[in-house]
Amino acid sequence: MSHAHEQAAHGGHHGTLKSYLVGFGLSLVLTLLSFGCVMTGLVPHHLIVPGLMVFCVAQVLVQLGFFLHMGIAPEQRENLMVAACALVFIAIVVVGSLWVLHNMNAYMMPGMSHG
Amino acid sequence: MTSSAITAGGIAIHGHDADHAHHDDGSRTLLGFWIYLMSDCLIFSGLFATFAVLAHAYAGGPTGKELFDLKYVLGETMLLLVSSFTFGMAMLNMHAGRRNRVLAWLVVTFLFGAAFVGMEIHEFAGLIHEGAGPDRSAFLSAYFTLVGTHGLHVTCGLTWIAVMLDMVRRHGLDGIVRRRLSCLSLFWHFLDVIWICVFTFVYLHGVL
Repeated sequence: MSHAHEQAAHGGHHGTLKSYLVGFGLSLVLTLLSFGCVMTGLVPHHLIVPGLMVFCVAQVLVQLGFFLHMGIAPEQRENLMVAACALVFIAIVVVGSLWVLHNMNAYMMPGMSHG
Repeated sequence: MTSSAITAGGIAIHGHDADHAHHDDGSRTLLGFWIYLMSDCLIFSGLFATFAVLAHAYAGGPTGKELFDLKYVLGETMLLLVSSFTFGMAMLNMHAGRRNRVLAWLVVTFLFGAAFVGMEIHEFAGLIHEGAGPDRSAFLSAYFTLVGTHGLHVTCGLTWIAVMLDMVRRHGLDGIVRRRLSCLSLFWHFLDVIWICVFTFVYLHGVL
Protein backbone atom coordinates (compact mmCIF):
# COMPACT_ATOMS: atom_id res chain seq x y z
CA MET A 1 0.00 0.00 0.00
CA SER A 2 2.67 2.48 1.08
CA HIS A 3 4.69 1.26 -1.87
CA ALA A 4 1.98 2.37 -4.31
CA HIS A 5 1.95 5.79 -2.64
CA GLU A 6 5.72 5.99 -2.88
CA GLN A 7 5.56 5.31 -6.64
CA ALA A 8 2.74 7.80 -7.12
CA ALA A 9 4.81 10.37 -5.24
CA HIS A 10 7.63 9.90 -7.76
CA GLY A 11 5.14 10.88 -10.44
CA GLY A 12 5.76 7.81 -12.58
CA HIS A 13 5.58 4.06 -12.72
CA HIS A 14 9.19 3.10 -13.29
CA GLY A 15 9.55 0.85 -10.30
CA THR A 16 12.22 1.05 -7.61
CA LEU A 17 15.10 -1.21 -6.62
CA LYS A 18 12.82 -2.64 -3.95
CA SER A 19 9.99 -3.40 -6.38
CA TYR A 20 12.39 -5.14 -8.81
CA LEU A 21 13.91 -7.18 -5.97
CA VAL A 22 10.46 -8.20 -4.68
CA GLY A 23 9.31 -9.10 -8.21
CA PHE A 24 12.49 -11.11 -8.83
CA GLY A 25 12.20 -12.92 -5.50
CA LEU A 26 8.54 -13.82 -6.04
CA SER A 27 9.24 -15.01 -9.60
CA LEU A 28 12.13 -17.15 -8.35
CA VAL A 29 9.97 -18.75 -5.64
CA LEU A 30 7.05 -19.38 -8.02
CA THR A 31 9.37 -20.88 -10.68
CA LEU A 32 10.93 -23.24 -8.12
CA LEU A 33 7.46 -24.20 -6.83
CA SER A 34 6.32 -25.00 -10.40
CA PHE A 35 9.35 -27.17 -11.16
CA GLY A 36 9.24 -28.66 -7.64
CA CYS A 37 5.62 -29.73 -8.19
CA VAL A 38 6.71 -31.97 -11.07
CA MET A 39 10.34 -32.86 -10.28
CA THR A 40 10.21 -33.80 -6.59
CA GLY A 41 7.26 -36.19 -6.79
CA LEU A 42 6.09 -34.98 -3.37
CA VAL A 43 2.84 -33.52 -4.71
CA PRO A 44 -0.18 -35.85 -5.08
CA HIS A 45 -0.79 -36.53 -8.77
CA HIS A 46 -4.26 -34.98 -9.00
CA LEU A 47 -2.98 -31.69 -7.52
CA ILE A 48 -0.07 -31.20 -9.94
CA VAL A 49 -2.01 -29.68 -12.86
CA PRO A 50 -4.09 -27.25 -10.74
CA GLY A 51 -0.90 -26.29 -8.88
CA LEU A 52 0.94 -25.57 -12.15
CA MET A 53 -1.96 -23.39 -13.36
CA VAL A 54 -2.05 -21.39 -10.12
CA PHE A 55 1.74 -20.82 -10.05
CA CYS A 56 1.74 -19.89 -13.76
CA VAL A 57 -1.03 -17.31 -13.43
CA ALA A 58 0.52 -15.96 -10.23
CA GLN A 59 3.93 -15.52 -11.83
CA VAL A 60 2.50 -13.88 -14.96
CA LEU A 61 0.65 -11.40 -12.71
CA VAL A 62 3.78 -10.79 -10.59
CA GLN A 63 5.87 -10.04 -13.68
CA LEU A 64 3.18 -7.86 -15.28
CA GLY A 65 2.95 -5.88 -12.05
CA PHE A 66 6.58 -5.61 -10.93
CA PHE A 67 8.49 -5.73 -14.26
CA LEU A 68 6.06 -4.36 -16.86
CA HIS A 69 4.57 -1.92 -14.30
CA MET A 70 0.99 -2.56 -15.25
CA GLY A 71 -1.39 -0.91 -12.84
CA ILE A 72 -4.77 0.65 -12.45
CA ALA A 73 -3.54 4.25 -12.46
CA PRO A 74 -5.69 6.53 -14.67
CA GLU A 75 -2.85 7.20 -17.14
CA GLN A 76 -2.51 3.46 -17.73
CA ARG A 77 -6.16 2.94 -18.56
CA GLU A 78 -5.48 2.65 -22.31
CA ASN A 79 -2.80 -0.01 -21.76
CA LEU A 80 -5.19 -1.96 -19.56
CA MET A 81 -7.98 -1.76 -22.14
CA VAL A 82 -5.71 -3.00 -24.92
CA ALA A 83 -4.55 -5.83 -22.66
CA ALA A 84 -8.14 -6.75 -21.73
CA CYS A 85 -9.07 -6.79 -25.41
CA ALA A 86 -6.09 -9.06 -26.19
CA LEU A 87 -7.09 -11.34 -23.31
CA VAL A 88 -10.57 -11.78 -24.80
CA PHE A 89 -9.07 -12.69 -28.20
CA ILE A 90 -6.61 -15.11 -26.58
CA ALA A 91 -9.43 -16.78 -24.64
CA ILE A 92 -11.49 -17.18 -27.83
CA VAL A 93 -8.55 -18.61 -29.80
CA VAL A 94 -7.28 -21.01 -27.12
CA VAL A 95 -10.56 -22.17 -25.56
CA GLY A 96 -12.29 -22.25 -28.94
CA SER A 97 -9.57 -24.37 -30.58
CA LEU A 98 -9.49 -26.85 -27.72
CA TRP A 99 -13.27 -27.10 -27.55
CA VAL A 100 -13.84 -27.55 -31.29
CA LEU A 101 -11.07 -30.10 -31.72
CA HIS A 102 -12.02 -32.00 -28.59
CA ASN A 103 -15.56 -32.35 -29.97
CA MET A 104 -14.21 -33.39 -33.35
CA ASN A 105 -12.10 -36.14 -31.79
CA ALA A 106 -15.03 -37.25 -29.64
CA TYR A 107 -17.33 -37.60 -32.69
CA MET A 108 -14.73 -39.40 -34.79
CA MET A 109 -15.76 -42.87 -35.98
CA PRO A 110 -14.12 -45.69 -34.00
CA GLY A 111 -10.86 -46.77 -35.57
CA MET A 112 -10.26 -43.42 -37.21
CA SER A 113 -9.24 -41.55 -34.09
CA HIS A 114 -5.53 -42.42 -34.17
CA GLY A 115 -3.79 -39.08 -34.57
CA MET B 1 -13.25 16.52 -54.75
CA THR B 2 -12.80 13.50 -52.54
CA SER B 3 -9.03 13.49 -52.86
CA SER B 4 -8.75 17.15 -51.89
CA ALA B 5 -10.89 16.48 -48.84
CA ILE B 6 -8.58 13.64 -47.85
CA THR B 7 -5.53 15.84 -48.39
CA ALA B 8 -7.04 18.58 -46.28
CA GLY B 9 -7.87 16.03 -43.62
CA GLY B 10 -4.35 14.65 -43.84
CA ILE B 11 -2.85 18.09 -43.31
CA ALA B 12 -5.20 18.77 -40.43
CA ILE B 13 -4.20 15.51 -38.74
CA HIS B 14 -0.54 16.20 -39.41
CA GLY B 15 -0.83 19.68 -37.90
CA HIS B 16 -2.50 18.20 -34.86
CA ASP B 17 0.33 15.72 -34.46
CA ALA B 18 3.03 18.36 -34.78
CA ASP B 19 1.27 20.42 -32.15
CA HIS B 20 1.41 17.52 -29.73
CA ALA B 21 4.98 16.59 -30.53
CA HIS B 22 6.20 19.32 -28.18
CA HIS B 23 4.50 17.73 -25.20
CA ASP B 24 5.20 14.12 -26.18
CA ASP B 25 6.95 12.41 -23.29
CA GLY B 26 7.10 9.12 -25.17
CA SER B 27 3.91 7.78 -23.59
CA ARG B 28 2.19 7.63 -27.03
CA THR B 29 5.08 5.59 -28.41
CA LEU B 30 4.91 3.28 -25.41
CA LEU B 31 1.16 2.80 -25.89
CA GLY B 32 1.75 1.99 -29.57
CA PHE B 33 4.47 -0.48 -28.63
CA TRP B 34 2.18 -2.00 -26.01
CA ILE B 35 -0.46 -2.56 -28.74
CA TYR B 36 2.22 -4.31 -30.83
CA LEU B 37 3.10 -6.53 -27.85
CA MET B 38 -0.54 -7.50 -27.39
CA SER B 39 -0.76 -8.42 -31.08
CA ASP B 40 2.39 -10.50 -30.60
CA CYS B 41 0.58 -12.13 -27.71
CA LEU B 42 -2.12 -13.19 -30.19
CA ILE B 43 0.51 -14.90 -32.38
CA PHE B 44 1.73 -16.82 -29.35
CA SER B 45 -1.82 -17.70 -28.27
CA GLY B 46 -2.37 -19.22 -31.73
CA LEU B 47 0.83 -21.24 -31.37
CA PHE B 48 -0.08 -22.33 -27.82
CA ALA B 49 -3.54 -23.40 -29.01
CA THR B 50 -1.94 -25.39 -31.86
CA PHE B 51 0.46 -27.03 -29.43
CA ALA B 52 -2.34 -27.87 -26.99
CA VAL B 53 -4.40 -29.49 -29.77
CA LEU B 54 -1.43 -31.51 -31.09
CA ALA B 55 0.15 -32.27 -27.69
CA HIS B 56 -0.64 -35.99 -27.95
CA ALA B 57 -0.23 -36.44 -31.72
CA TYR B 58 3.03 -38.40 -31.34
CA ALA B 59 2.60 -40.47 -34.54
CA GLY B 60 4.37 -43.34 -32.79
CA GLY B 61 7.37 -41.12 -32.10
CA PRO B 62 8.91 -40.00 -28.81
CA THR B 63 6.76 -38.26 -26.18
CA GLY B 64 7.54 -35.19 -24.12
CA LYS B 65 8.26 -37.40 -21.14
CA GLU B 66 11.02 -39.20 -23.03
CA LEU B 67 12.52 -36.07 -24.58
CA PHE B 68 12.41 -33.21 -22.07
CA ASP B 69 15.13 -32.71 -19.46
CA LEU B 70 13.54 -30.55 -16.76
CA LYS B 71 16.86 -29.66 -15.06
CA TYR B 72 18.08 -28.22 -18.36
CA VAL B 73 14.83 -26.25 -18.79
CA LEU B 74 15.14 -24.94 -15.22
CA GLY B 75 18.60 -23.67 -16.18
CA GLU B 76 17.20 -21.87 -19.23
CA THR B 77 14.40 -20.41 -17.11
CA MET B 78 16.86 -19.04 -14.55
CA LEU B 79 18.98 -17.40 -17.26
CA LEU B 80 15.95 -15.61 -18.71
CA LEU B 81 14.60 -14.61 -15.29
CA VAL B 82 17.96 -13.17 -14.19
CA SER B 83 18.27 -11.31 -17.52
CA SER B 84 14.84 -9.79 -16.89
CA PHE B 85 16.02 -8.57 -13.48
CA THR B 86 19.31 -7.17 -14.84
CA PHE B 87 17.36 -5.28 -17.51
CA GLY B 88 15.31 -3.79 -14.69
CA MET B 89 18.57 -2.60 -13.11
CA ALA B 90 19.54 -0.98 -16.43
CA MET B 91 16.18 0.84 -16.48
CA LEU B 92 16.58 2.08 -12.88
CA ASN B 93 19.99 3.48 -13.77
CA MET B 94 18.56 5.02 -16.93
CA HIS B 95 16.00 6.93 -14.86
CA ALA B 96 18.81 8.01 -12.54
CA GLY B 97 20.82 9.17 -15.58
CA ARG B 98 23.87 6.96 -14.94
CA ARG B 99 25.05 6.17 -18.46
CA ASN B 100 27.96 3.83 -17.72
CA ARG B 101 25.94 1.68 -15.36
CA VAL B 102 23.20 1.42 -18.00
CA LEU B 103 25.82 0.16 -20.45
CA ALA B 104 27.18 -2.33 -17.90
CA TRP B 105 23.75 -3.76 -17.01
CA LEU B 106 22.78 -3.98 -20.68
CA VAL B 107 25.94 -6.00 -21.38
CA VAL B 108 25.09 -8.32 -18.47
CA THR B 109 21.53 -8.70 -19.80
CA PHE B 110 22.87 -9.44 -23.27
CA LEU B 111 25.17 -12.17 -21.91
CA PHE B 112 22.36 -13.90 -19.99
CA GLY B 113 20.04 -13.64 -23.02
CA ALA B 114 22.74 -15.01 -25.32
CA ALA B 115 23.37 -17.90 -22.91
CA PHE B 116 19.64 -18.69 -23.01
CA VAL B 117 19.58 -18.73 -26.82
CA GLY B 118 22.77 -20.85 -26.79
CA MET B 119 21.17 -23.43 -24.47
CA GLU B 120 18.05 -23.52 -26.63
CA ILE B 121 20.01 -24.06 -29.85
CA HIS B 122 21.96 -26.84 -28.09
CA GLU B 123 18.66 -28.41 -26.96
CA PHE B 124 17.18 -28.25 -30.48
CA ALA B 125 20.37 -29.68 -32.02
CA GLY B 126 20.26 -32.56 -29.54
CA LEU B 127 16.62 -33.34 -30.35
CA ILE B 128 17.22 -33.27 -34.10
CA HIS B 129 20.30 -35.47 -33.64
CA GLU B 130 18.16 -38.01 -31.74
CA GLY B 131 15.78 -38.13 -34.69
CA ALA B 132 13.17 -36.06 -32.87
CA GLY B 133 13.20 -33.14 -35.29
CA PRO B 134 10.17 -31.07 -36.30
CA ASP B 135 9.40 -33.55 -39.10
CA ARG B 136 8.99 -36.53 -36.73
CA SER B 137 5.41 -35.88 -35.51
CA ALA B 138 2.75 -33.18 -35.29
CA PHE B 139 3.60 -32.85 -31.61
CA LEU B 140 7.23 -32.05 -32.43
CA SER B 141 6.27 -29.69 -35.28
CA ALA B 142 4.11 -27.70 -32.85
CA TYR B 143 6.84 -27.84 -30.19
CA PHE B 144 9.59 -26.53 -32.48
CA THR B 145 7.31 -23.80 -33.91
CA LEU B 146 6.21 -22.52 -30.50
CA VAL B 147 9.56 -22.68 -28.68
CA GLY B 148 11.45 -21.64 -31.83
CA THR B 149 9.27 -18.54 -32.28
CA HIS B 150 10.01 -17.54 -28.71
CA GLY B 151 13.73 -18.13 -29.27
CA LEU B 152 13.58 -16.02 -32.44
CA HIS B 153 12.00 -13.20 -30.45
CA VAL B 154 14.78 -13.41 -27.85
CA THR B 155 17.35 -13.30 -30.67
CA CYS B 156 15.66 -10.15 -32.03
CA GLY B 157 15.76 -8.72 -28.50
CA LEU B 158 19.50 -9.44 -28.35
CA THR B 159 20.05 -7.61 -31.64
CA TRP B 160 18.04 -4.69 -30.30
CA ILE B 161 20.12 -4.64 -27.07
CA ALA B 162 23.31 -4.57 -29.17
CA VAL B 163 21.95 -1.62 -31.18
CA MET B 164 20.90 0.22 -28.02
CA LEU B 165 24.35 -0.35 -26.48
CA ASP B 166 25.82 1.50 -29.44
CA MET B 167 23.18 4.26 -29.25
CA VAL B 168 23.74 4.84 -25.52
CA ARG B 169 27.52 4.94 -26.12
CA ARG B 170 27.19 7.48 -28.94
CA HIS B 171 24.30 9.69 -27.86
CA GLY B 172 24.10 9.23 -24.09
CA LEU B 173 20.71 9.01 -22.39
CA ASP B 174 18.75 11.55 -24.44
CA GLY B 175 14.97 11.51 -24.88
CA ILE B 176 14.99 9.26 -27.93
CA VAL B 177 17.34 6.72 -26.35
CA ARG B 178 15.25 6.67 -23.17
CA ARG B 179 12.06 6.09 -25.15
CA ARG B 180 13.62 3.25 -27.13
CA LEU B 181 15.08 1.65 -24.02
CA SER B 182 11.62 1.81 -22.41
CA CYS B 183 10.12 -0.03 -25.40
CA LEU B 184 12.94 -2.60 -25.32
CA SER B 185 12.35 -3.07 -21.60
CA LEU B 186 8.66 -3.88 -22.25
CA PHE B 187 9.70 -6.30 -25.03
CA TRP B 188 12.29 -8.10 -22.89
CA HIS B 189 9.99 -8.51 -19.86
CA PHE B 190 7.17 -9.61 -22.18
CA LEU B 191 9.36 -12.43 -23.51
CA ASP B 192 9.93 -13.63 -19.95
CA VAL B 193 6.15 -13.69 -19.40
CA ILE B 194 5.73 -15.81 -22.55
CA TRP B 195 8.48 -18.15 -21.31
CA ILE B 196 6.55 -18.72 -18.04
CA CYS B 197 3.69 -20.12 -20.16
CA VAL B 198 6.16 -22.14 -22.29
CA PHE B 199 7.83 -23.92 -19.38
CA THR B 200 4.48 -24.52 -17.64
CA PHE B 201 2.41 -25.80 -20.57
CA VAL B 202 5.06 -27.29 -22.85
CA TYR B 203 7.70 -28.73 -20.52
CA LEU B 204 6.17 -29.29 -17.07
CA HIS B 205 2.75 -30.29 -18.36
CA GLY B 206 4.42 -32.24 -21.16
CA VAL B 207 6.28 -34.67 -18.88
CA LEU B 208 3.22 -35.57 -16.78
